[in-house]
Order: sequence, then C-alpha cells, then structure tokens
Amino acid sequence: MQPEFGQWAIFGLFTVFIIGGGIGTVSSRNLFHSALWLIISLFGVAGFFVLLAAPFLAAIQVLVYIGAIVILIIFAIMLTRRLMGLREAVNSQWLYGLIGALITFGVIALGLVLASSGNTPLLASQPLSDITGDSLRDLGVALVDLNQYVLPFIVASVLLEAAMVGAIVIAREDE
Amino acid sequence: MLPLTAFLIVAALLFCIGMYAVLARRNAVAILMGIELMLNAVNINLVAFWRYLTPGTAATAEGLQVGMAGQSFAAFVFVVAAAEVAVGLALVISVYRNRRTVIAEDVDALRY
Amino acid sequence: MAEFLVSSGWNANLAQIVASVLGAVVLASFGLVWIIFSIWLERKFAGRVQDRLGPNRTGPYGLFQTFADVGKLLIKEDITPEGADKHIYNFAPILAVAGIIAIFAVIPFNHVWVGADLNVGVLYFVAVGSLATLAILLAGWSSNNKYALLGAFRAIAALVSYEVPMMLSLAVPVLLAGSMSMQDIVKGQSIAYIFVVPVSALIFFISQLAEVGRSPFDLIEAESEIIAGFNIEYSGMKFAMFYAAEFIHAFVICVLTAILFLGGWRGLGAGEPGYELFGFLMVMMKSVAVYALVMLIRNTLPRIRIDHMMAFNWKFLVPLSLVNLLVVMFLARPFVPDYAAAEAAVAAGGLAGLFGSIFGSGFIAELPRAVVLLVANVIMFAAATQLLHRYGETQRAKLGVKDVQPVRATAMASD
Repeated sequence: MQPEFGQWAIFGLFTVFIIGGGIGTVSSRNLFHSALWLIISLFGVAGFFVLLAAPFLAAIQVLVYIGAIVILIIFAIMLTRRLMGLREAVNSQWLYGLIGALITFGVIALGLVLASSGNTPLLASQPLSDITGDSLRDLGVALVDLNQYVLPFIVASVLLEAAMVGAIVIAREDE
Repeated sequence: MLPLTAFLIVAALLFCIGMYAVLARRNAVAILMGIELMLNAVNINLVAFWRYLTPGTAATAEGLQVGMAGQSFAAFVFVVAAAEVAVGLALVISVYRNRRTVIAEDVDALRY
Repeated sequence: MAEFLVSSGWNANLAQIVASVLGAVVLASFGLVWIIFSIWLERKFAGRVQDRLGPNRTGPYGLFQTFADVGKLLIKEDITPEGADKHIYNFAPILAVAGIIAIFAVIPFNHVWVGADLNVGVLYFVAVGSLATLAILLAGWSSNNKYALLGAFRAIAALVSYEVPMMLSLAVPVLLAGSMSMQDIVKGQSIAYIFVVPVSALIFFISQLAEVGRSPFDLIEAESEIIAGFNIEYSGMKFAMFYAAEFIHAFVICVLTAILFLGGWRGLGAGEPGYELFGFLMVMMKSVAVYALVMLIRNTLPRIRIDHMMAFNWKFLVPLSLVNLLVVMFLARPFVPDYAAAEAAVAAGGLAGLFGSIFGSGFIAELPRAVVLLVANVIMFAAATQLLHRYGETQRAKLGVKDVQPVRATAMASD
C-alpha cells in the first residue's frame, strides 16, 4: 500500500463530501434537507483543512459553521417553515445561472490546468517547505502581533459586535 | 503530497455550485446557504495556498511577517461569515414577519 | 501494538492502520461498556437517596439489571411514525452516540493512554459536542411531532446559550497551561486548577450540566410540560441509543471536569512512569467522585423554569465568566511559572528544597500564581454571591414576600 494512494483516497472521500453536499444543498427542494447537505459539505471542508495541516481551522470550522451557523440557519428555516417547499425552488433565470456557473468553472479549471502544466508551471505541485515549528502558536502570534494582523483582528471583533447588535435590533418584535 | 491544483479545482467547483445557488434559488435562506458555500471555497483556497507557498515564518524584504497570512485570512473569513449569517437571517425573519414571504424576488418594493 | 505487528512480519503501513482501528474500537467499547455499569450505579444511588433499595433482583446487588433492560429494549417494536423524515429519523440516534463517543479520542487516561493528543484538543471536544446538539435537532424535527419539535427548540436554545460561559471558562485552564492540548493541561496541574480557579471550575461544571440536560436543567425532557421532548417518538433500540448517549455524556462531563480542573491522572505519584494503571484509576476515581455529585444534584434539586434557566445564563453566568476571564488574564501574566528556576531552587536545598522534596518542584513553581489567583477567586465568589443575594431580596420585596420560611420536615412526614 503506497502512502500516495492513501492520500488520494482520503482526498477523494472529502471531495465527494464537499461536492456531493454542495450539489445536494442547491438541488434539494426541502430547505431542511438543504441545510443537512450543507453540513456534509462543510464537514468535507473541515477534512480538507486537516489534510492541509491546519487542525485549528478544522476545529473552528466544525465549531462555528456546523455548531453555530447551520444551527442558526435551521432555526430560521423552522421559524419561517410555513413557506417551505412552496412553488418551485428555482426562479425563472435558473438556466442562465447554471450556464454561467458552468462557464465560470470551465474558465477557472482551464486556467488552473494551464498554470500547473508545461515545463515551468506557475503553480508548484509540491509544498515549498515542510511545516516548521508550531503553526498553531504562529497563528496566535500573527493575530495579535503589532506588525502583523492586530488591526484586522480588532476590526473583526468590532464587526462581530456590530453584527450582533444589528441582528438583535432588526429581528426583535416591536412592542 | 497531493498537487496544489487538486485542491484548487475542488474549491472552484464548490464556488460555482454556491454561485448557482445564489443565482437560481428563490428562497432567501437558500441564497444565504449558497453564499456560505462560496465563502468555504475561498477558505479552501486560502489555506491551500498557505500550506503550499508560505508554511512556516516567511518574511518579505521589508521584514514583514507573512508566514501565517493564509490561515489568518481564513480566520477573518470565518468572522465575516458568522456576522453575515447573523444579520442576514435577522433580515429574513424581519421580512417574513412584515411581508409573510421569504422569496427573494417578492421583496422588490425598493425597485419602484 | 504497531511495533508488535511489524515485528511479527506485517507491513508497516498496514500494521499502523490496524493498530489505529483497534485503538478506536477499544476506546469506543470502553465508553459503551462503562455505561452498563454507570446506569446500575445511578439507579442504586437514586434508590438510596430516595430511601429505597434500587434494583436488587437480577444478579448480585442487581448488577445484571441493565442487561435485562437492554434485552427488553432489543425485542421491542421499532416504530417509525407516519410522516416522519425516515433517513434523518434513523440517523439521529447514531449521530447522538457517535458525537459523544468521539470525545473519548482526546481524553488522556494517563500520560501515555490517549487516543490522539491533538494540539487543539479542547476545541475538538467542544466541536464534537456540537454534533450531539445537531442530533437532538434532527430527532426533534424528523419525528413530525409538535412536542418533539418544542423539546428540540428548547434544547438547542439552552445548549447554544450555555456554550458561551462554557467556552469562556474553558479558556482559563487553556490560559494557565498555555496549551489547548488536554495532555499539556494535565501536565500543567502540579496544583489542581480547582484550587487555583474554583470559580471557573464551578462555571464549567454548571454549564456542562446544562449541556447534558441533567437536573436541574432537564428541561429538554420535562415530562410535565412537553412529555418527553425530542425523543418522544423513538422506541426500542433507537430510544436506547439516545438513553445511552445521555449517560455517556453525563459521565464524559465528569471525566472532562476531572481532567481540566482536578488534575487528571496526577496525584499520589500516579503520574510517574511505571504507574500507568494507577494513573488510569486516578482519573476514574476523580470522575466517579464528580459523577456522585451529579447524581446527588439530579436526585435532590427540582427542575427550574426555562426562562429562569436562560436568565441565569445570560444575566449571571456570562458576565461572571467574562469578569473571571479578565481577572485571570491580568493576574496570571506576571506569575507565569518558571519550572527550570524552581527545579534549581529545589536542588539548591533550604526551605524550597524541603517543600520541593515533599510536593515536587512543579508545585513550587506554580505556588505564587496559585495563591494570587485563589485570593482573587474568593473575592470574586463573595461579590457574586452578594449580588445574587441582593437581587433575590429586591425581587422578594417586589413580589411582597415577607420572609422565606424553610419547609418543615415534620409537616412532610405527617402526610
């Protein structure tokens, strides 16, 4: 058994999760099923993060996306469930949307294949170096280092705060 | 290791699936889910480029640390996604309460 | 294990995979076998608390009662209600059990027995715990039953809310140990964290109780209000799976409390190499002690109202845990333990050497921080209880209650 084959097998499994879940999300008529397909897709993305040596992001992916965002979406679906599965799921321009999405994918895929083939490919097929040191600690330092991302980090906190206040104000019932 | 292109192509496909959902679905919550898919595709790209191009503590000529750029940006995308869903769903619920609909094209009063 | 297979002529990769799979199976079955015992323990304990004997017919001391129950549940009819979402309905119990058992993967039973010592272990178990939340939601939704859906709504609202103080109090041991790996957190506890940050330990314990849905937070299955909550339509083995998931979860929170705040496998020399089994027993003993507390709470406290539960979380636990985290952050920074210096001081002899030879050099290193934080925690605890007391008094004045008389035991006995 070659390690290369094992990697491809795991990669393929997560790809099936991601793409299958994604297609299920957009094609399912029942919105609740859509949300469940979305969970499968997000789970596959968490698997990709593990493959890419970013376990922290994988844990956050499960915690934030599956544990919070999808639960929130399901809540919204249940609160508005009288209109679920009503009329057709897609609008009149779905065919143009499908064609546009396929063309976009074709262009990106063509670009990627061209960029990674030839004698001197633009995209490296192998990592430039192995992970050195504790990347989790590096990430923590990068987020609070004055020379790195402390300003975006604070802006992100303010954004969360604003979003929280805004969501409460918008969604509360007038008394 | 697997080639970088493999991850990028899966991410591109996921992005296009999300784009189709945004363009074609009628329900506002379904559109939000499509946006989540697109954001996830972006995250895969960010982390894949981080792993293949700048793992470790790389620095530019000016001494600027860029080693964790990919992961940091992915973390910010998480924050933005969470904020977007919170506000988006609050809007959906508010619209549902006032207009009794969650169909995106029925909420077009601003057009007139 | 892997080395043994390789030495008997196996392929190295294959041996690795087989060893990993076997490890996972052993860990998962440990959790499932343990609940057979823990259900018996709980029933016996509840019996004693309620002044009766508990199960005593099947086997010695009723030890085989659980097997009889499992047998009964296995031969019961497996009902799927009309209009249920079949696939989701059948998948939910599996997810409930799997989500809880997956937590065992990061629990260090001693300094070598750990499924996977992830460097994000703490985050991992919170993330996996959210899968259990999802299982409740799926079960409630797919049953096509109003009470089930109501129960699921309640459960999710409670679980999501109580995750906030849980995460905030979890950050404290992570902060003190300087690592999110469970093994490193245990190694950092030369002084168990419950003696350093008791307030965090208390908040963690309370929010975990709410997470499991144990009394006094068992609103998920409040029989008097919503019959049984999310699992109302389930029968037979699927019901048993939810039941098992609840029991494993109840025990897992005890193990987690033991590991994060009670020093895990440390204590009485259990951490030394060569005492692996003793370390394991240490974890189990501490966990069962916490479990006894959980059982005692379950059998003596009444259920609180859902709005009280949410108000208690948002108006008391969340602000308290925020203040707690800030205090610990500011006070712990100047007193980061210097293990190397402490070792040198112990080696140099004198008073430090005397204490060091009794308690170990890690104890000396962590002592200043522990004292400062303990004093701060006691002040915080006093302030918090004082605030609660004041609030209670003003509420009672508002309602016009004169004075609260304790219920007389004699009045109860005369009935």
